[in-house]
Amino acid sequence: MKGACGEEYDATMTQSTHSQSTALDVSAIRADFPILARQVRGRPLVYLDNAASSQKPQAVLDTLDRYYRQTNANVHRGVHTLSEEATAQYEAARARVSEFIGACCPKEVIWTRNATEAINLVAYSWGRANLQRGDRVLLTEMEHHANLVPWQILAAERGIELDFVPVADNGTLVLDNLDRLLTPRTRLFGFTAMSNVVGTLNPVKEMTAAGHKAGALVLLDACQSVPHMPVDVQDLDVDFMVFSGHKMLGPTGIGALWGRREILNAMPPFMGGGDMIREVHLRESRWNELPWKFEAGTPAIAQAIGLGAAVAYLERAGLAAIHQAERDLTAYAMQRMSEVEGLRILGPAADQRGGLVSFVLGDVHPHDIAAALDGMAIAIRAGHHCAQPLHERYGIAASARASFYLYNTKEEVDMLVKGLHKVVEIFAL
Amino acid sequence: MMDLYAEEILDHYKHPRHFGHLDDPSLTYHDRNPLCGDEITLELKIADNKVADVAFTGHGCAISRAAASMMSEEIIGKSLDELKDWNKESILDLLGIEVGPVRIKCALLPLKALKAAVWGLGEDE
Repeated sequence: MKGACGEEYDATMTQSTHSQSTALDVSAIRADFPILARQVRGRPLVYLDNAASSQKPQAVLDTLDRYYRQTNANVHRGVHTLSEEATAQYEAARARVSEFIGACCPKEVIWTRNATEAINLVAYSWGRANLQRGDRVLLTEMEHHANLVPWQILAAERGIELDFVPVADNGTLVLDNLDRLLTPRTRLFGFTAMSNVVGTLNPVKEMTAAGHKAGALVLLDACQSVPHMPVDVQDLDVDFMVFSGHKMLGPTGIGALWGRREILNAMPPFMGGGDMIREVHLRESRWNELPWKFEAGTPAIAQAIGLGAAVAYLERAGLAAIHQAERDLTAYAMQRMSEVEGLRILGPAADQRGGLVSFVLGDVHPHDIAAALDGMAIAIRAGHHCAQPLHERYGIAASARASFYLYNTKEEVDMLVKGLHKVVEIFAL
Repeated sequence: MMDLYAEEILDHYKHPRHFGHLDDPSLTYHDRNPLCGDEITLELKIADNKVADVAFTGHGCAISRAAASMMSEEIIGKSLDELKDWNKESILDLLGIEVGPVRIKCALLPLKALKAAVWGLGEDE
C-alpha cells in the first residue's frame, strides 16, 4: 500500500497482483464473462454499452454468491464470527480499491451508491459548509448531469455562481482562458477525466494544477477513466475523485468518493444514522472517524466486496493493457464506421479519446438506430447519455454511442458496422 | 427485421400522411419529449365539432412519426368527444406492434398533443 497514515488497517486481502502491460488475451477474458455467451433474438450478444454499465466476470459473481451463502451479516456491529468475517472482507475491499487508485490510505475511500451520490456528498457536505454567496464553482460544458445538477441545486440554495469551461467543435475543452475562468472566488473546479459522450481524455494534471494555482479545490469525475486506465490520485494531485463500481466490472449500488484526509476530516457528515457516529445521546451526537463518518446505515456490503473482486480482476488483466486495447479498438471502429454513408462521429481523433464513439447517422433518430441494432443483438446507447448540455452545444437532440471494454473484439466492431449499413438501408428517407 | 419496424410503420415514417401545415387551423398544439428530442406540432381544423382536417410537423424517431401519421389519417371525421376518449390502446392498435416500456413515450407523443389540443378547446368553450 502507498503512503502511511500511521494507522493499522486490515488489508489482508490486498496483495498486489499488478500484471505487466502485456497484450490482453481477449478470448480468455471473454470466457470469464458468462453473459457474453447469451443470445438475444437468436443471435450472439454484441455488448457495446460499457460506458453505461459493464458486464461482470465469474469471479465477481462467485464473490457475491459466496458472500451471501457463507458470510452474510452486518458489519462493524456484531461480535459473532459472521459479522467479523463480513467486516474484514468489507474493509479489505476498501483497502484494495484504495490501493487500486493510488490513495494514501483506505480511510480516504468513502463508499457511496455510485459516483452521483459521491458528488452529492461533496456538494451537500463540503459545499454547504464552505461556500458562501458570491463564491463560484467552475465546471465544464461536457459534464454528465451528475456533475451539474448537484451544483445547480447548491447554487440556487446558496447564491453561488457556476462557470463553465467551453467545449470546442472537435469535442476538446477550450483551456486558453482557463486562468480567467478560475476567478479568486472560484472555490471548486469539477470536471470529468473523460467525456462519456465525445470520449475526450482531458488533461487532468494540467487542469488540476491550474485549479490549485487559483486556490480552488479540484473534483475529478473518474467514472470513465478509473475502469479503463491506470489512475493514481496522488499523482493526479486532485482533492476529490468519484467513480462507480458497476462501470468497472463490479455490482450496481456501490461507488466511491476518494478525498484528501484533511479535507474529509473537516467536513460535516452527509447523512445521519447508524455507523457514522461515535456516541449518540438524545439531543446530540459525536461523529465517527473516517471513512465511516460518511457511511450512515447498513452499507452495500456484498457490493463493496464484489467491487473488490472486480478490481482484483482488472489488476490481473492490467490497466495499461486494457487502455491500449481499447484505444486500438476505438481507432479501428472510427475508421470502419466512417465508411457508413451519412455517419458523423462526434468528438476528437482517436489519439485524444478513450474507448467510445458517439455518432449521428443522417436523419435517422438515434433511438431507431439503437432499436434496429438491437434487432441484430447489438447493444448500444441512444439518447443524450445524461449530458444534455453537450448535445445542445452540438445542436442535436440525441446521439448514438458504442462504448468498448476489455472483452470487446474487432469482429464485434465489424458486426456493428454491418448493422449500421443495414440501418441506412432500412431508414434512408 | 424486427417487428418494431414492420413495413407499414416504415412506410408511414418515410411517407408521412398529413405532414405539413393547414391554412387556417382552429387548434395548434406543440409538444415535445425533451429526453429523446421528439417534437410535434399538431394542427386541427374543426367544423361541426368534428375534425375536418389535420396536419403535423416536427421531427422524431420512426415510431413517433409513424404514430403521428397513422393517427392523423384516423381522426378525420371523428368528433372531439370521441377523441377525448382515445387512450394508449387506440394508438397501439393503429401501430399494430408491441411497443416496449422505453419506446412507449415515442408512440404516445402524438396522442398527448391531440388530447391536449381537444381538451384545451373544451376549456375555451
